Amino acid sequence: MKRIKQKAADRLLGICFLSPSLIGVSIFFILPFFVVIYYSVTEGVGYREFVWLENYSKLFQNSAFQLAARNTATFSLSAVPLAVILSLALAVMLEKHIPGQSFFRTTFLSPMMVPVVSIVLVWQIVFNYNGTLNETASLFGLDKTDWLSSPYCQVVIVALFLWKNLGYNMILFMAGLSNIPKEILEAASVDGASESYQFFHIKLRYLSSTILFVTVLSLISSFKIFREVYLLTGDYPYEGLYTLQHFMNNTFRSLDYQKLCSAAVIMAIVIVAIIAVLFRLEEHYGKDLDG
Amino acid sequence: MKKPRTFGKWAMVLIAAAFAVYFLLPTALTVTNSFMTESEINANYGAVFSVTSGGYISDTVHLKFIPEKVTMQQYFTGLIRSPDYLVKFWNSMLYVVPIVVFQLVVASTASYSFMRWQGRIRKGIFFLYIILMLMPYQVTLVPNYLVSKWFGILNTRKAIILPGVFAPFSVFLLTRFMRRIPYELIEAAKLDGANEWQIFTKIVLPQCTGPLVSVAILVFIDYWNMVEQPLILLSDSEMYPLSVFLSYINSTEVGIAFAMATVYMIPPLLLFLWGEEYLVEGIASSGSVKG
Repeated sequence: MKRIKQKAADRLLGICFLSPSLIGVSIFFILPFFVVIYYSVTEGVGYREFVWLENYSKLFQNSAFQLAARNTATFSLSAVPLAVILSLALAVMLEKHIPGQSFFRTTFLSPMMVPVVSIVLVWQIVFNYNGTLNETASLFGLDKTDWLSSPYCQVVIVALFLWKNLGYNMILFMAGLSNIPKEILEAASVDGASESYQFFHIKLRYLSSTILFVTVLSLISSFKIFREVYLLTGDYPYEGLYTLQHFMNNTFRSLDYQKLCSAAVIMAIVIVAIIAVLFRLEEHYGKDLDG
Repeated sequence: MKKPRTFGKWAMVLIAAAFAVYFLLPTALTVTNSFMTESEINANYGAVFSVTSGGYISDTVHLKFIPEKVTMQQYFTGLIRSPDYLVKFWNSMLYVVPIVVFQLVVASTASYSFMRWQGRIRKGIFFLYIILMLMPYQVTLVPNYLVSKWFGILNTRKAIILPGVFAPFSVFLLTRFMRRIPYELIEAAKLDGANEWQIFTKIVLPQCTGPLVSVAILVFIDYWNMVEQPLILLSDSEMYPLSVFLSYINSTEVGIAFAMATVYMIPPLLLFLWGEEYLVEGIASSGSVKG
């Protein structure tokens, strides 16, 4: 009897420890998200009528949304793989104990501290129509391009994205690399496995969960690139740079709840789907190591 | 056999050095150019930015690192002549410090609960936190906005601070750290008659000072550079943190923007230099979504 009481008391305490966070998260994120879903399937001011998927179909026909979704997708699809591969390469390099290793680590991480604005200023100086890059190009007799309003605009933003995110990812990979059991690599060396064999067949397998995590994180940060694009080009940039956050920001201003809420729900679904797929992939490729 | 290996090593140093230049250049440019005179800045970058004041403007841009004459003019103008920047700097503090402090309090109790009691419901809640942590602002800002509107706190500090306090990222990270604490420590304390609160404050928290510092640094940096939340949740630009406000000075007063960006970099940079090991440890242990 006493034991049961003790257990119940314990459980109550556990809830007490969790409740401040859970209540806050519920109030600010979870409960209002249900309202977001509700708004996304209804219409009207005051008395809301269910229109089910009508808002969604309107949204999908909205050209600004299409543009924003397409741009965000292209950007993420090019920036995320690059971020994963390059940061893994940097991590492998620094793992080799090259001279100046700790200096390099500090340097690679430093962009985290730099306010967005200063990188934006520098990017303007470099990529502006009258900027350094064109200046240099014209020395070689090349034509000037307005980089941020050209088909190359996404390349400029990818360069910025990599600048900001490679360091963080690299640290994650370095941690992953150092967790690979040394005995396995030694055994492979003894068996005469080449370095590239070791990398592709042993290290990559062990890194699969880190690769998953870095991919997810980079994906999330790729949605945050709006911050830089907004500061570079304002509310209505060149159409190649109009991202989902631009769409959301401008919709917030017009307070079109239907549009706003259905867009948020769509994005949430897409994110959850992507994460689920990545998880499945990781389970498939890394499963024999988990045990 | 020895020769190619050292050659490879130096090739790697070279590549790492190239990346180091890439990562450091924007920061270096910001800092050095903040010591230039206004006329030198205008002459150098007048072709890129719409500089209003007179004086000589070169029609080509000159990317320069070393000022002709070192001066504190920009700092003087930014910090002493106009109180705006100081006010916005103070605004940033007023947002970030409460967020960091309260997020740590809320998250550490929640993490303790996740570590001590692991039922099925709790696992579900933890998974929900991970999903929430991975949601981009495009999704979470919509519920945040709705709640702030209902509570009538839109365009007040609370609209930024409250959702920040309950952000689930630090719960995730701290739980992962706490699960590494040897279970025997807790068992022993329990046998000695300690209650949960005592175990939490006397055993678990002291074991977690390092992780708490890592989380604090990560959260600080994240909110110090926030852009999206103020843009959406605040309509009065007087309340903007410097991270957003800096972008408004971009085009007309580039020199001041450089100087203020440098000032703004100081707090996170100091934190970084002081706690780089904590930061790296913090990032490293966020490394995998799985327990």
